Amino acid sequence: MRLKTEGSLKKNVYRGDALVEPPPPELAAILDKHRGHPDALITVLEEIQHHYGYLPQQQLEYAARELGFPLSRIYGVVTFYNLFQFTPPGRYQVRVCKGTACHVGHSGEIQDHLMDKLGIAEDETTPDKLFTMQTVACVGACSLAPVMVVNERTYARMTPDKAWEALQHLREETKEEA
Amino acid sequence: MSAIIRIGMSTSDLAAGAEATYTAIETYLSHREIPATLKRTGSLGASHREPVVDVEIDGQSTLYGPVTPERVTPLLDQHFGAGSRGVSSDWVISRKNDRSDYPFLGKQFKVTTRLCGLVDPFSLDDYLTYDGYEAFKKALKMSPGEVIQVIKDSKLRGRGGAGFPTGIKWDILSQAPNSPKYLICNADEGDPGAFMDRATIEGDPHRLLEGILIAAYATGASKGYMYVRAEYPLAVNILRNAIKQATEYGVLGENILGSGMDFEIIIKEGAGAFVCGEETALMHSIEGKRGMPSMRPPYPAQRGLWGYPSNINNVETLASISSIILNGPEWYAKLGTEKSGGTKAFALAGAIKNSGLVEVPIGTPLRELIYDIGGGCAEGRKFKAVQLGGPSGGCIPAKLMDTLIDYDDLKATGAIMGSGGMIVLDDTVSMVNIAHYFLSFTQDESCGKCLPCRVGTRKMLNILERLLNGEGREEDIGHLERLCHTVGKASLCALGQTAPNPVLTTLRYFEEEYLAAVKQNGTNGTGPVSLDQSAVEVNL
Repeated sequence: MRLKTEGSLKKNVYRGDALVEPPPPELAAILDKHRGHPDALITVLEEIQHHYGYLPQQQLEYAARELGFPLSRIYGVVTFYNLFQFTPPGRYQVRVCKGTACHVGHSGEIQDHLMDKLGIAEDETTPDKLFTMQTVACVGACSLAPVMVVNERTYARMTPDKAWEALQHLREETKEEA
Repeated sequence: MSAIIRIGMSTSDLAAGAEATYTAIETYLSHREIPATLKRTGSLGASHREPVVDVEIDGQSTLYGPVTPERVTPLLDQHFGAGSRGVSSDWVISRKNDRSDYPFLGKQFKVTTRLCGLVDPFSLDDYLTYDGYEAFKKALKMSPGEVIQVIKDSKLRGRGGAGFPTGIKWDILSQAPNSPKYLICNADEGDPGAFMDRATIEGDPHRLLEGILIAAYATGASKGYMYVRAEYPLAVNILRNAIKQATEYGVLGENILGSGMDFEIIIKEGAGAFVCGEETALMHSIEGKRGMPSMRPPYPAQRGLWGYPSNINNVETLASISSIILNGPEWYAKLGTEKSGGTKAFALAGAIKNSGLVEVPIGTPLRELIYDIGGGCAEGRKFKAVQLGGPSGGCIPAKLMDTLIDYDDLKATGAIMGSGGMIVLDDTVSMVNIAHYFLSFTQDESCGKCLPCRVGTRKMLNILERLLNGEGREEDIGHLERLCHTVGKASLCALGQTAPNPVLTTLRYFEEEYLAAVKQNGTNGTGPVSLDQSAVEVNL
């Protein structure tokens, strides 16, 4: 059978793993909004990731089935854009800015130091699920370079030691909460 | 007494801690029951002094920064009657309304960023007090052809970097035979080190919408898309709100202001791909696909989004439109040079004293921007070069500082005007390292569709890595140069075509550093070139 992609919204085009149950309500809410809009795929993925923190495989399979895309097309889009991730992030997403001003301010050393201390590579998460190391092309806070962003919070004028201290502080905080 | 307190709350202000300052001011005012208006504005551009607070009393404004929460009480005491104890003059940025006492602000000429830091981006009323949507109403009284002629006469060129005359672009779309026509605003500001577009959106979103509306009227487009970086959540929020307000006000929707024109704007969030700044890739991304470029022609004006005629303009280009319509094309053309009119905004950062957002007339010498406005190199450091245009641009050495900021003059140096990233480099920075930095960025962001870019940038990067690791070979520099020309000429889109620029310009002006890097291999080797180690003493 030939699979139609563009514009085709025929149900059940995707014939992958059997998804017996209907999609969970929170996912259905996202998918229903965009049914009939083949151009909304990136938006759908953004919303799924926003809800789950990452893109779970099963949710993508549902999206493929419900919106009439081949799963391969979804995989193609997901892997093309930097924003999307297949694995759940840690509690703190640590992003060291790679922008030009930060680079000449030695942000590379900060990143290396943190990865070294945490024992993980880029896009990996520590075993305790606390920190995920990511990079960002530029956060546009060049006057505060070099900059580290943890979740929503921006840390200005970092050094390798100061950045590591900040992470340790977050770790302590989490322990206290627990 | 009428008192207005404005506080910059853009992304960069917030990063500098503006939220805490805002809360402190709010508490101060409510405790003492002071009837002052507290306004959240966009960024004034003086990033090096953020958080910035503007206290305007009876029309007389004093600008302070950086205002930390501890400074709020003494600072406001001074204005609201409790003496001036503990206020240092260092906190004051400017005491004059025209900012002539602070060159960073006083020497700029603002058009697109004029209201940034002055109006509340969430308030339509604020925009309306400054002739908001008057330009659009004026345009509606003209014919679309007349509007296009005005833009042509203004000598406005695309601010995304390539510099194509905007009026001609609009003309081509308006003459496209089939419809619907689409208008796309490119707000996918992906250059590392560039944040002008974000500042414009976060500071004055309605100016952008007004520009889009005028463009739509002139070209006959019926639907607009705004492609915004997903990394700009605040900007997206502000835009959504502005679109809602504009719809309620009646300048968006059906039969706009009774003119019979229909227009709607849809926001599309990008998902982090540098190549999506390229217009054909951007359109594929809007269609929900992988953002890979396609061959041109056909140009977007012939076959664009969904196969229909489309026009893509950059944020700054569109934000210039309303001022051109209101003040006339002659005014705008006269600001710039013979071939290109108006002003250009830059994100000035790196080893510079006064970093931030600056806007100057086209044709201003680089020296004026860097020394008079930027205050020169940060203390104790020696100015070496300035990098323009990010990964697509190049490094201009200190000796060429009299170059004028204009598309053609900058191109002659090997750099480009670019979208507005301007990073100042001091004498500690190794230029081979800088070339490597930008190339690793483009290599990483290469979409892989065409071979010259996919393989060529990788090969170039390999050579640069060798040089940096002290494993350079005699023939490397020649190979690198040849690869630059191949990749630049044979790549499918601008990403690949411009990727060699950072390498070519550093080779052109700092060849001795490359040669020294080669020499480091072998017996007299001093090991790898670090970022901080300029391979040789450069004569500045």
